Amino acid sequence: MATIARREQLRPRATARAPRFNSGRRRRLAYWVFIYAAAVLVGAIILAPFVWLLISSVAAPTDLLARPLRWVPEHISFSRYRSIFHGGQSSTADTFRASLVNSAIVAGSSVVVSLSVGIFGAYAFSRLRFRGRRATLLLMLSTYMLPPIAIVVPLYLILVQLHLLDTRLGLILVYCSFITPFVLWIMSNYFRSIPRELEDAARVDGCTRMGALFRVILPLARPGILATALFGFLLAWDEFLYALIFTSSTHAKTVPVAIAEFTGRFTVDFGMIATGGVLAAVPPLIIAFVFQRYIVGGLSAGAIK
Amino acid sequence: MAVLLLLPAAIVIFGIIVYPLLRTLWTSFFAVDSPFPGRYPFVGLGNYRRTFSNSEFWLATRRTAYFTGVSTLAELILGILVGLLMNVQFRGRWLLRSLVVLPWALPTIVNATMWRWIFNPEYGALNALLTQLHLLPQYRSWLGSPFLALNMVIVADVWKNTPLAAFLFLAGLQSIPRDLFEAARVDGAGPIRSFFSITLPLLTTTVLVILVVRTIEAFKVFDIIYVMTRGGPANGTQTVAYYAYLQAFSNQLFGYGAAIAYVIALFILALALVYVRLLRTEVEI
Repeated sequence: MATIARREQLRPRATARAPRFNSGRRRRLAYWVFIYAAAVLVGAIILAPFVWLLISSVAAPTDLLARPLRWVPEHISFSRYRSIFHGGQSSTADTFRASLVNSAIVAGSSVVVSLSVGIFGAYAFSRLRFRGRRATLLLMLSTYMLPPIAIVVPLYLILVQLHLLDTRLGLILVYCSFITPFVLWIMSNYFRSIPRELEDAARVDGCTRMGALFRVILPLARPGILATALFGFLLAWDEFLYALIFTSSTHAKTVPVAIAEFTGRFTVDFGMIATGGVLAAVPPLIIAFVFQRYIVGGLSAGAIK
Repeated sequence: MAVLLLLPAAIVIFGIIVYPLLRTLWTSFFAVDSPFPGRYPFVGLGNYRRTFSNSEFWLATRRTAYFTGVSTLAELILGILVGLLMNVQFRGRWLLRSLVVLPWALPTIVNATMWRWIFNPEYGALNALLTQLHLLPQYRSWLGSPFLALNMVIVADVWKNTPLAAFLFLAGLQSIPRDLFEAARVDGAGPIRSFFSITLPLLTTTVLVILVVRTIEAFKVFDIIYVMTRGGPANGTQTVAYYAYLQAFSNQLFGYGAAIAYVIALFILALALVYVRLLRTEVEI
């Protein structure tokens, strides 16, 4: 609107000004062409690999192995998806199906447990004053720097002794140890952004500290909790090394382990791996696409205070 | 009160980590060659001496440093460009933002599998694309030679991790008051000048945060290597974490593997301390 108004003003002026004005408009045009071109380029670089994965999952094997490669397959079939969901046809499909269920249960449960223990800790870090507050928080966050390889062997032995090897429960326990620090970090920053006065008002009205936490703070922190839960879910869904070492059968094997296993074989059905990849990617991709604002907002609030 | 609130989280975090961590330290002083408890000869610092005098370990360290440096630098530069783009108001910006978040959400293993399939020497999409565009005379084996393979793994890693940097930069950019740019324009500064003298200095914190997070992650890198190359060809993509894994699990040298794991942890700790110092001079936490 503003540019149009300015143009109206400029028009009656002397013609001597016209060339300069023209070059300004051309520069603006060039700028927008550049912006849109850049956006399209970024979009294409991001989408192309995804699209190829999707095509590979529905293309017939002859199309995938053709040379020169046919980008649009001649035969499209959803039989691989069907065999994963209905099962029975191949052991690969059965493994994928079981691992999808395992991943969902393990990731979901670890998030619930981590949130329930982490929220109280985050509240303490954000609202209470006590000695060693900063040091405790830093110590808990520093566990993030630990390479999993440094604790994986003793953990394996512990799980053997507790008869938790190759069980979902064993994995859930281990996952909570790395999701909880993230809950503490993101949620304590989130709590800090909620005005203290609200809580004080509730306490003046006779609420206990816990009462104020449950009735005032937690309802207000719902977006933060949602972001943390989704982020924790993505972390757990993504985890690989622990799952690789602690699980061995369809009882507890998660999706990343199942996929890694099939890529390692010599006679591979690329289409089947692509199908497994698409299915493993769908839950996190939907979460990220739909809740982009929440997750990104929560993450950046946590990272940049 | 504080103790009561913190106890559950502390139990979950440290209860699972502390004992194994100490146990690994203990193991690193013995010549342990099976995963099961038993009596093993005490070797003191032998495993650590062995680590530091091993040329394979130093080669793996150099590769890890290269991987970390190149991927982090690329993610910073591309991240700031994409962040700037997402900060421009144009139609379809919401779509761009929703697309950019996708690679970040893609599970690492799926990402690695996908790129391994794209880089496939016989049926891969990259070979097909480049030859059909006449940019490449014939198919080549992208993951077949050591140094090229390492760089191709970096490509896959950068594709997945640039979005995180871009979104952190976007958040940083949005926190810069617009008046500053207006003032600069009035003073006659062009867009490039105002980027270098206003935008970049105000994004220092963001740059440091990304540096910390990505360096730590890259130093621990394991999954993407495991799926894309298994450390090969000719150990060309073997990073320190992968080397430690091989020593412990393939060669059953658990004491040696434990020592390497501790050395890696100390490396990361040292880097983190340097960053924390830098961060503290930049901003008040």
